[in-house]
Amino acid sequence: MKKTYKMEDLDCANCAAKMENAIKKIEGVNDASVSFMMQKLTLDVAEDSLEEVLKKAKKICKKIEPDCRILG
Amino acid sequence: MTHKQKKMLLRIMIALAFYGIALVLPVEGWQRTAVFLLPYAIVGWDVLWKAVRNIVKGQVFDENFLMSLATVGAFVLGEYPEAVAVILFYQIGEFFQNYAVARSRKSIAALMDIRPDYANIEKDGTLLQVSPEEVGIGDVIVVKAGERIPLDGVILEGTSAVDTSALTGESLPTDVKSGDTLMSGTINLSGILRVKVTKEFGESTVAKILELVENAGNKKAKTENFITRFSRYYTPIVVISAVALAVIPPLLFHGLWSDWVHRALIFLVISCPCALVISIPLSFFGGIGGASKQGILVKGGNYLEALSKAEIVVFDKTGTLTKGVFQVTAIHPEMISEDELLEIGALAENYSSHPISLSLRNAYAKKPEETRIKNVEEISGYGVKCIIDGKKVLVGNSKLMESAHIPWRDCSHFGTIVHIAVEQEYAGHIVISDAVKDDAAKTIQDLKAKGVKKTVMLTGDRKAVGENIAERLGIDLVKTELLPGDKVAAVEELLGEVSEKGKLLFLGDGINDAPVLIVADIGIAMGGLGSDAAVEAADVVLMDDAPSKIVTAMGISQKTMRIVKQNIIFALGVKFAILFLGALGLANMWEAVFADVGVSVIAILNAMRCLHFKN
Repeated sequence: MKKTYKMEDLDCANCAAKMENAIKKIEGVNDASVSFMMQKLTLDVAEDSLEEVLKKAKKICKKIEPDCRILG
Repeated sequence: MTHKQKKMLLRIMIALAFYGIALVLPVEGWQRTAVFLLPYAIVGWDVLWKAVRNIVKGQVFDENFLMSLATVGAFVLGEYPEAVAVILFYQIGEFFQNYAVARSRKSIAALMDIRPDYANIEKDGTLLQVSPEEVGIGDVIVVKAGERIPLDGVILEGTSAVDTSALTGESLPTDVKSGDTLMSGTINLSGILRVKVTKEFGESTVAKILELVENAGNKKAKTENFITRFSRYYTPIVVISAVALAVIPPLLFHGLWSDWVHRALIFLVISCPCALVISIPLSFFGGIGGASKQGILVKGGNYLEALSKAEIVVFDKTGTLTKGVFQVTAIHPEMISEDELLEIGALAENYSSHPISLSLRNAYAKKPEETRIKNVEEISGYGVKCIIDGKKVLVGNSKLMESAHIPWRDCSHFGTIVHIAVEQEYAGHIVISDAVKDDAAKTIQDLKAKGVKKTVMLTGDRKAVGENIAERLGIDLVKTELLPGDKVAAVEELLGEVSEKGKLLFLGDGINDAPVLIVADIGIAMGGLGSDAAVEAADVVLMDDAPSKIVTAMGISQKTMRIVKQNIIFALGVKFAILFLGALGLANMWEAVFADVGVSVIAILNAMRCLHFKN
């Protein structure tokens, strides 16, 4: 299942790339994409693990760019 | 500028002023340290703060940390002006990047500013403004002059001109009248229109376009992925080299510590691949935005990239290269004028519903005076016999002429030929055929000029018809009398001919060709968002019917790729050159700052050119 989340204050393109790499490695993620230009995260995950994945993704995001937030 | 940006700009200005003062103040010792520390602190405190915060979290190759390390190192070495300059220009670069990215985001959002804000719905004789989402199928809405058409529908009442440029890139307005369909997102220019809604907002043209463009960023081009992978290795390698450079020569070869540490600091300043990481996605983003302005919806960076490598372009015939409607393409009268011949034909066929009759009447364009026509008799398979202005008229095929013993003349033109005789005398013939689109021949030529090696046309039509059109357009290969399934097989066969790097494009009108759109490397559906299956299957959607848009799409793609390559070569070239010179001790901090910030700024400015494309 594909889901898109808006991101706020994603100010650094390099960080977006780092986040994308890290989020792709979360268990249960088929594919992920962080678009610096659109300020968006797209997750392709199995439906039942979505909540778990999103939590981890938010953590990764905080770690790489503390000001940046995933909305939703 | 946002509040955040304004604050940053102010900090930069103040720091610049203090930096200028520090450069000219004739002070020495701790006082000199202090006057340089002041601008450093003003402009760089947040970098230092982020560096500390991130290193605690284990982000070693964080750019804030590396910048802090480089500048603090320079301070320790006593290179005050350089240290402040590095952090100052780093912040100016960051500021500019934010500004540029925000601006291009905004200009692309403006391109895509087709979302209607409201719909006027008629209730008990008064007009109510409601959100487009609340309007249902079958509701009647009123669109006033100057308003954006909020939902797809059919005009019940009113005539107007509609500006479709936001959707199709076509600058000439289209005239509409009652009975015509309207696309949401276009603008009603003149009259008041009463429109019956045919689709809910979520299904409407405008909602679909927005969805397509917003999702385009998710499919990244190969080059983008390459840059992401590259940057994962670039920073660690440069930083490790910096450490080696600082430590190994002094320990093993009795080098001067301060000299080698200085060289290492130069490495740290250049360690961010920012120029590439920002400018490459920005280029693709701009290219996709620029394309949508021209009515070309590209579903992802990967497709934009692939378009530039088109080697074989396969066309569907009917509706793609030809208009798909029968039209009078030639009038060859004997003794009388062209207009007279057409008039006789149109009058005789006035009561027939045959597509050929329809095209004659369309070409005639005037309203036929029915009083002139008498005793109409349709002879199935032959034509029409009637009396016009008291004269006996025969309009039909060659069999009709032969049955009446009238000698007729054959025609070199291709298509269906309608012969006309008046009072047993041959009056000439009118040729009717599926007309080739005006820009079809030029499209084929231009594709060749853009580097396409082979053009192919597939059609279910008869061999003679297909070959004739292909020859006229200058198409290399034509396959005729194909069933829909055969088209897939034909494209699969052609895919075998494409070289490893080349791509096969298929352009169809979206009717019955969804399977072919999927098989092709890049499936392009034209004619807007008519068929859901085609829009779903296609990688690129052309909002209008002009095949020449494929040339524009390739042009945008090639321009984008050119800019991307320029940026990669330029950024890496400068960075490696300064790294090399820095290792040899030939580069200073100033050059390092240029290699980092200067290159970023230039690459971003270059990338922003992708947004604009002129034919």
